[in-house]
Amino acid sequence: MNLEKVVFAFTIILALTLNFGFFTGDIDNILHHNVYELYAAIFVNAVATILKFGDRTHLGAVLLAASLVADIQLVAAATVWGFSVYVTQVGLSPSTMASIVSLAGGAVIANTISVALLVIETVMLRR
Amino acid sequence: MDSVIFLILRQMRAPLLVLSTVYTIATLGLTLIPGMDDQGQVWYMDFFHAFYFVAFMGTTIGFGEIPYAFTDAQRMWVLVFIYITVATWIYTIGALLRLLQNETLKKALTQSQFRRQVRRIREPFFVVCGYGDTGSQLVGSLRKRLSSATVLDTDPGAIDSLMLADHPLFIPGLCADASDPANLILAGITHPMCKSVVALTNDNAVNLHIAITAKVLNPGIQVICRAESHAIEVNMASFGTDFIIDPFDTFAKDLAMAFYSPYQFMLNEWFRSETGETLTDVVTLPTGRWILCGYGRFGQAVHREFIDQGLKIQVIEPDKASAGLPITAIIGYGTEAVTLNQAGVADSVGIVAGANDDSNNLSIIVTALALNPDLFVVARRNLHTNQPLFAHAGSQLMMESSEVLANKVRTLLTNPLVDDFLSLSKAHDDAWASDLSEKIRKISPRVMPEVWEIVINTPNALAVATAVGLGTAVTIDQLTHDHRERDVSLAVLALLHASSLGTFCMPSGHTQLALGDRLLFIGTGAARSQMQWNLQNETALTYLLTGENLPQTSVGRWWQARTANPKGSPDPDHSL
Repeated sequence: MNLEKVVFAFTIILALTLNFGFFTGDIDNILHHNVYELYAAIFVNAVATILKFGDRTHLGAVLLAASLVADIQLVAAATVWGFSVYVTQVGLSPSTMASIVSLAGGAVIANTISVALLVIETVMLRR
Repeated sequence: MDSVIFLILRQMRAPLLVLSTVYTIATLGLTLIPGMDDQGQVWYMDFFHAFYFVAFMGTTIGFGEIPYAFTDAQRMWVLVFIYITVATWIYTIGALLRLLQNETLKKALTQSQFRRQVRRIREPFFVVCGYGDTGSQLVGSLRKRLSSATVLDTDPGAIDSLMLADHPLFIPGLCADASDPANLILAGITHPMCKSVVALTNDNAVNLHIAITAKVLNPGIQVICRAESHAIEVNMASFGTDFIIDPFDTFAKDLAMAFYSPYQFMLNEWFRSETGETLTDVVTLPTGRWILCGYGRFGQAVHREFIDQGLKIQVIEPDKASAGLPITAIIGYGTEAVTLNQAGVADSVGIVAGANDDSNNLSIIVTALALNPDLFVVARRNLHTNQPLFAHAGSQLMMESSEVLANKVRTLLTNPLVDDFLSLSKAHDDAWASDLSEKIRKISPRVMPEVWEIVINTPNALAVATAVGLGTAVTIDQLTHDHRERDVSLAVLALLHASSLGTFCMPSGHTQLALGDRLLFIGTGAARSQMQWNLQNETALTYLLTGENLPQTSVGRWWQARTANPKGSPDPDHSL
C-alpha cells in the first residue's frame, strides 16, 4: 500500500462527496445548501488540483483538466453567492440559489469524471 | 516548453498545498469565532469578509479590523495566523526562487529557448559544431556576410563568448554535446533551410559522429568536416561527407606549391583571405637544405610534401619513438644551438618550426636566426593570439590550423566556386598566375576586393534569365559593363564559368550564357552593386545589349510604339 496513492484517492473522492453534499437538496431552497459545505468543497478541490500537478501521463492530464473545470465551477458558485449578498445586496433569492447550486452541479459532473478515471486506472493496474 | 511548465508545477506542489491549507484554516476560524458589531450584538464574520481579511493579513498589508473592531478571541486567532501565513509565504516564495535557480530547469529553459530560436530561422543557415578558435573565426566572418548559423559546443565558456560577441546578426548557441543526435536536431540539421553542417570539434571521433548523423538524418545536407587522421578521413569519405579538411595537409600542400609556383601560392592566399584584408606579396622560398623541427601531424605532412618535391630536409624531433621518423632524424627539440648545429643550420636555407607549442617554436626561430640570419622561417602557430610575437621574431610564413580551417570552410560555404577555381588554376603555369595577380591588383591595388558568385536564374538574375529564356544572346562581356554608359567596363573580372558543358577558368568575354550557368567574379564592391542592375533590371540589360533605352511607363511604351523608328539611333548620353 502506498500512502501517496491513499491521499490522492482520498482527496479526489472527498472532493466529489463534499461537492455532492452541497449540491443535493431542493435547488432553490436556501436551507438545503450549507455555505460551509461549499467552502470545504472548494478547499478540497484545490488540494486535489495541486496534487495532480506534474503528472505527465495522458490520464494525468485529463484528471488535471477535470479538476480545473470543477474548481472554476465552484469558484463561480461562491462568487455568485458573494456578489448577490454583498455587491447587489438582493440577498439569497431562490433564483440566485438555483444558479449557485446548478454551478455546483456542473462541478459534481467534473468530479464524477475524475473519480471514474481514478477507478479505471486502478482496474487497469490490477489486471 | 511543456516540460518546463510540468517541472515548475511538480516542484510547486508542496508549497501550494501548504499555502491553501493555511488560508483555508485561517478563513474558517474567522467565520466560526463570534465577533461583535457596532451595536454590541453577537456577529459572525461571513466567508467573504473573512477571506478578504486573511488575504491582506497574510501578505502583511493590514488594512485594520473590518468591518467592526475585533473581539479578543478574534485577535488571538489572528495573532497566531499572522505568523503562520507570513512563514508560509516566505516558504512559497523561497521554493519558487530556488526553483528558478535549479540547474535542470535552467537547462530545460535554455534548451526550449534555443529550439524556438532555431525554428524561427527563415533564411539559409549553417550548423557549426565546435566554437573554439576555428569556429569563432568562421562564425565571425559568416556573420559579417549576414549568413546565419547555429552553434553547438560542449564548453559553456565558448557559448558565453558567442553570446557576448558584438555582431550584426543574432546567432543561437547551445552548450551541448554535438555527438548526441538529439542536440544536432535541436540545432536544426533537419530544418528545411539548413544548408550545411560544419564539424570543427577537436575530437576526430566526434566529428565523424556528427558527419554520419547528419548524412543519415538529412541526406541532402552538405557536410564539412575537420579531420586530422587519415583513417578517419577515409571513413568520412566512405559515406559521402562532402568536404574533409585536414589543416596540416592543406598547409603542407600549399607550402610545397610555394616552391615551384610562388604566384599560385600567393593567389591561393588571396582567395582564402577576406574582403578588405591586405594583399600579401609574393614569397620566394629558397630551394636547398631545410630543417624541420617537430615531427608530429604537422611535421609529417610537411616532410611528405618536401620529399615529394625532391627537396633535402633534416628532421629534428624530441620523441625517438615517433611513428615513421626518418633514420637521419636528430633527437632533440631544436630550441638549443647544439641540436641546430648538429642539423647543419649554417648550411641550411630555411627552417620550419613545427612543434605543437608556441614557446618552443619562438625559441627555435630566435636561436636558429642567431646562428644563421639568412634562414627563411616558416612557423606553425598554435594560438591565434600569438601572431604579433611570431611576426616580430622574424617568421616569414605562418601557419595556424584554426585559421587554415576557418578560411577554407568559409570559402566553401559562401563561394564554393572559389575552390573549383583554385583547383582549375593549378593546371596553369606561374606566369599565368602572375598575370592574373596583376589584373587583380589593377582592380584593387592593396586590399582584397570582393569575390562573389552569380547564378543565371529568375530570383538571382531576373533580367538576364528572361532574356536568355527568350533566346537573346547575352555574353559575359555585356554583364561586366556599366549600365549607365555601356562603353565603360566595370572593375570586375570573370574568374570562372560553370555551365552544363563544363567548368572553365577565366572564361572569354564572348562566352554566351545559358540558364542555370554559374559565374564567379572578382571586383570592387561598387562594381558588384552596379552588376546587380545588369542582372535584375530589364531596362539596364536592354541598354547594355542594344544600346537602346526602353521606355519605362505605359504611356512611354505606347508613344514609342506609335513613333517606332527601326533605324532610330538611341541617345547614348541618356542614362536611366
